[in-house]
Amino acid sequence: MSASAIASDLGVLTSRRQRRPPPSVYLAVAACVAIMAIMAAPLAFSFLASIESATEASSAPHYLPQSFSLQNYLKVAGYQAGLATYVGNSTLVALMTIVACVALAAPAGYGLARFSIYGKEIAFLVLLAPMMIPYQALLTPLYLDFAKFGLVDSRIGLAIVHTILQLPFSVYLMRNAFEAIPREIEEAAMIDGCSASRRLAYIFLPLAVPGLVTVALFAFINSWNEFLAALIFMNRETSFTVPILLVSVRIGNHGAVDWGALQASVVISIIPCLAVYLALQRYYVSGLLTGAVK
Amino acid sequence: MRAQRSRQLQGWFFIGPALLFVAVFVLVPLAQLVFTSLTDRSLLGGGRFIGVDNYLRIWRDASFWRALTFTAKYTIVLTPILMGLGYALALLTFDNTPLKRLTRTIVFVPVIIGLSSSSLLWYWLLDEQVGLFNKLLVDLHVLKEPIVWFVSADLAFWAVVISITWKVVGFGLVLFVSGIQSINSDIIEAAIMDGAGYWSRVRLIIVPLTRRILLLTTLVSAIGSMLAFDQFYIMTSGAPRGQTFTAVYWIYQNSFVSFKLGYSSALSVVLTLVILVLAALQIALTVRSEAA
Repeated sequence: MSASAIASDLGVLTSRRQRRPPPSVYLAVAACVAIMAIMAAPLAFSFLASIESATEASSAPHYLPQSFSLQNYLKVAGYQAGLATYVGNSTLVALMTIVACVALAAPAGYGLARFSIYGKEIAFLVLLAPMMIPYQALLTPLYLDFAKFGLVDSRIGLAIVHTILQLPFSVYLMRNAFEAIPREIEEAAMIDGCSASRRLAYIFLPLAVPGLVTVALFAFINSWNEFLAALIFMNRETSFTVPILLVSVRIGNHGAVDWGALQASVVISIIPCLAVYLALQRYYVSGLLTGAVK
Repeated sequence: MRAQRSRQLQGWFFIGPALLFVAVFVLVPLAQLVFTSLTDRSLLGGGRFIGVDNYLRIWRDASFWRALTFTAKYTIVLTPILMGLGYALALLTFDNTPLKRLTRTIVFVPVIIGLSSSSLLWYWLLDEQVGLFNKLLVDLHVLKEPIVWFVSADLAFWAVVISITWKVVGFGLVLFVSGIQSINSDIIEAAIMDGAGYWSRVRLIIVPLTRRILLLTTLVSAIGSMLAFDQFYIMTSGAPRGQTFTAVYWIYQNSFVSFKLGYSSALSVVLTLVILVLAALQIALTVRSEAA
């Protein structure tokens, strides 16, 4: 893939300008290749270390694995309460975060985009408040409150924290998505006697699918990766999420770090994010733009 | 008139649930935080009202100031590196050839993985016994002998900076590329016609026209760095001798390790104020440029 990309890069420029591309083009191609190698190397080395035997992974540094073994993955699979428990926890928390973000942000975005009501901008600012108040500062009172309601060591409790984190972005994005839908479409539906809720369900939501996908994508990745709240709220061995599992694998059972198992768990933690990102890259980049700079 | 009233109600009906959520899970805890910060609450109880004593204690707490200064130093060193490298990469790869698209995709991959994953990955790469980073630098004759990264605060600091640069340089890259791509190509072509070379086009057209995006990305990135926790918790554990505690890490220590809840709440209030200033700046910039 990259070889043909290089060829076509040189090709495009040759046909456009002159017979021979200027040296700066070769330089740019070389720079791109070097940068890709540097950026991909850590991930590649981690993967290679994860598929050699445990003793080799903990021996003197070497670039390529000397043998092939799934030993490290088997160890992670059976670690403490079992990998399935931890992946299950992370998945469930992420799914609940997605549902909560969509269920709260889609109507809110609709209300903000399509109704001219008093105090709307103040309401919008309140909804963006979690962006200005770092959730790191709120974890102490939240922990004390959640302890009273049995929401510590609870996947629902962690999903609530992750929703706090993700809601401002989601509302902002849905408001933008709904504002981009032409007014004529809504007016036609109003003449047909369609109620506001039905207009949201049958006209607005289908037209805002890209926005919804972006909201869900960010909710998934950020919930899957979130560390501090999970560290504080999920204390029991059976309630860990994947990031907490990683730290726990490093500590291990005997004090010495099991490097092979650690790299296997790093690879496992990365795979879902990588898969989702590669499949939905377009949404991710557009969401990033909306969230950060628009 | 009645139709307008019902439209008002309908609007609030849609916004209501999200507002309620923020009220219950953000505004109420915020009020609790401020209240607790005025008490001597600990795990054992307490909760006596002590006015601003906690804040006076912060003023005299050398450990807190060291953590805050360390976090500020981390932000001030890291942000220009991230923005500079991100911008350089954007200038290199902004035109949409297949190779450059691929480069952008690969540079961006570390952004989407977890900080805990990337920190443990680098903790391994930088380990003095099994890590490949030292071996690679020795093999390339950059280093004479392996470095032991996590014994001194300075080296540990740079170890984290290296790992975070790898992890988030793609964030700036993607935003800058979209900024550069949104420049009207007529302007650039006109400059080429006028005989402007590559570097004068960059200096006189591309950089000035992407200044807003550069400023906003800098702020977003700086806010993120001021709230750093995961990478230090995992890679340095605050060691050696607490020299690599960040502000959030110090709050975590007070809240969840020594359970000085009143005091840690006061620390959280101070941190919130610092972030609020940066966030207000970000929002002011966004609103002003929307109006323009």
